[in-house]
Amino acid sequence: MKTVSGALVVRRRRRFDFWDVLIHGIILLASLACLLPFVHVVAKSLSADAYVIANKVFLWPMGVNFEAYGKIFADKSILQSFYISVIVTTLFTILGMIITICAAYPLSRYTLKGRTFFTFIFMFTLFFSGGIIPEYMLINDLGLLETIWSMILPPAFSAFNLLIMKTSLQSSIPESLEESARIDGAGHFRILWSIVLPLSRPVIATLSLFYAVGRWNAYQDALFYIKQNTDLRPLQLKLYYLVIQASESFQLEATQVSLSNPEVLKASCVVFATLPILLIYPFIQKYFVQGALLGAVKG
Amino acid sequence: MKVESALGKNETALKHPGLNKKRLTYFLRRDWQLYVLLLIPLAFVLVFKYAPMSGLVLAFKEYKLAKGVWGSEWVGFQVFMDIFDRPDFIRAVRNTLLLNLLDLLFSFTMPIILALLLNEIKSVKFKRVNQSLLYLPHFLSWIIIGAIAYQLLGEGNGAINNVIEGLGGNRVPFLQEDTHWLISYLAIGVWQSMGWGTILYLASISSINPEMYEAATVDGAGRLRKMWNVTLPSIRVTIVTLLIMNLGRIMDGSFERIYSLQNKATTEFTTTIPVLVYRWGIESGNFSRATAVGLFQAAIGLVLVLLADRIAKKLGQDGLL
Repeated sequence: MKTVSGALVVRRRRRFDFWDVLIHGIILLASLACLLPFVHVVAKSLSADAYVIANKVFLWPMGVNFEAYGKIFADKSILQSFYISVIVTTLFTILGMIITICAAYPLSRYTLKGRTFFTFIFMFTLFFSGGIIPEYMLINDLGLLETIWSMILPPAFSAFNLLIMKTSLQSSIPESLEESARIDGAGHFRILWSIVLPLSRPVIATLSLFYAVGRWNAYQDALFYIKQNTDLRPLQLKLYYLVIQASESFQLEATQVSLSNPEVLKASCVVFATLPILLIYPFIQKYFVQGALLGAVKG
Repeated sequence: MKVESALGKNETALKHPGLNKKRLTYFLRRDWQLYVLLLIPLAFVLVFKYAPMSGLVLAFKEYKLAKGVWGSEWVGFQVFMDIFDRPDFIRAVRNTLLLNLLDLLFSFTMPIILALLLNEIKSVKFKRVNQSLLYLPHFLSWIIIGAIAYQLLGEGNGAINNVIEGLGGNRVPFLQEDTHWLISYLAIGVWQSMGWGTILYLASISSINPEMYEAATVDGAGRLRKMWNVTLPSIRVTIVTLLIMNLGRIMDGSFERIYSLQNKATTEFTTTIPVLVYRWGIESGNFSRATAVGLFQAAIGLVLVLLADRIAKKLGQDGLL
């Protein structure tokens, strides 16, 4: 691709453009820096232990085998944490969207009495919060510690997402449309359900992805709130204990004498946890870009 | 928001004359469905955002588990006096500021450079493929980034160290020695955010009038000259706004980023305010002290954000509020 565009420039200018080559080169290097770490980890996860121990694997697997992946799928606790992550992310995204829509629609109506007051109540949370300890004590008082609800309920309201939703509703739904629906006798519930929601599909998709990817990737609250009940660890937290802290060993069958190098297992764990994101990445990228631009309008 | 609400009021006044004089019951009857909808998010915000703020009183009490939050004794500012004397606290404040300022120096400038370079690429396909690759790290969790970092930068068997050794160099303790750790931390931050950070700049570059470039070409400006004298001044507004916003968050810190990259060998720079709050509060159970540290951070953060907003407005920007 580089040569093609280079050739075009050369033909137009009839000379070799040094800057063009340099710029393409720098961009290419930066992209490779983002791509190659994954290639390396994937190569490692597919390699035979001996080559990895000898530090011989770089970007291409050596002695290809799927043993490490077999071990992951045999490890009940990893599958369990994957399952927890799926449940938490799904419930959280649904709840988050309900809350966001319920707040954004009324606040986007200019005629709502007390609109400024309510907006302030919601937006103030962007700038000040109780912080880690008071939140921890609240979760404790509500009896949510060591339950999946500690990862679903507290972060379900996001002022930032509300801002995006509100801005989008204000700019995309013309007030005349709403007015004509009112003249036809539709109430606010009806207008929201039959007009506003169908017209806001793109922003709903974008924000759902914001919620879902954010929840899937976060581990701070799980680290704080899920200590004893190891069955409820989401995938990221499980990965933290397995790979980063390495305080926990893989559940290998007791009879089996393991010669496996944990490095290979670690690499395959990373691939296993990254795969869901990588699989949907090509489809969600454009929604994220749109969301980032919408969010930047205000905020 | 200010502009919007002013506009909203005008519109309202035009469309519904006399609306402001109506009684509250009129609005409640007309818009009761809207208020019902608002109850759901309000309940969540009150319980999960505002209720914890009352827990901040712990910073002025000596918390005793048996007595509970409200039964514990008031001690005024004694808890603050106590933490200000602790070397760990001083170090946490220093580290938070140090890491954020260095981040500002590198992670903030890199997207600007990258956006300027991406803008020079003519081939749409080349640009799109590279953008997709550059955005990728933004979508990964810090745990995964940390795990990959150890796979690449580990001293014993990290791939980059293997390459260095293969080329005849010595293995570098990228993540196992304090200063090296600091540099790796910053580099990983740049790696994670450089692509995604270009989005806003590219958007504001795309709104530059093409005639400006044509005029510059006629005047004999080369590529670098146009980059410097046309593109850069045109995105100055975006740069300044984002810079001010970042300065407003200089006391914040990402717990997840530090925590997934730290290890026992590197403690000099890894103690930041959120890490200290976690360690003192949740790990050691010293809730009063940890709450005080959190309040210290939140209060300074609020002041800084409000200041940043004021400055942004002075400079003619929209502001953040």
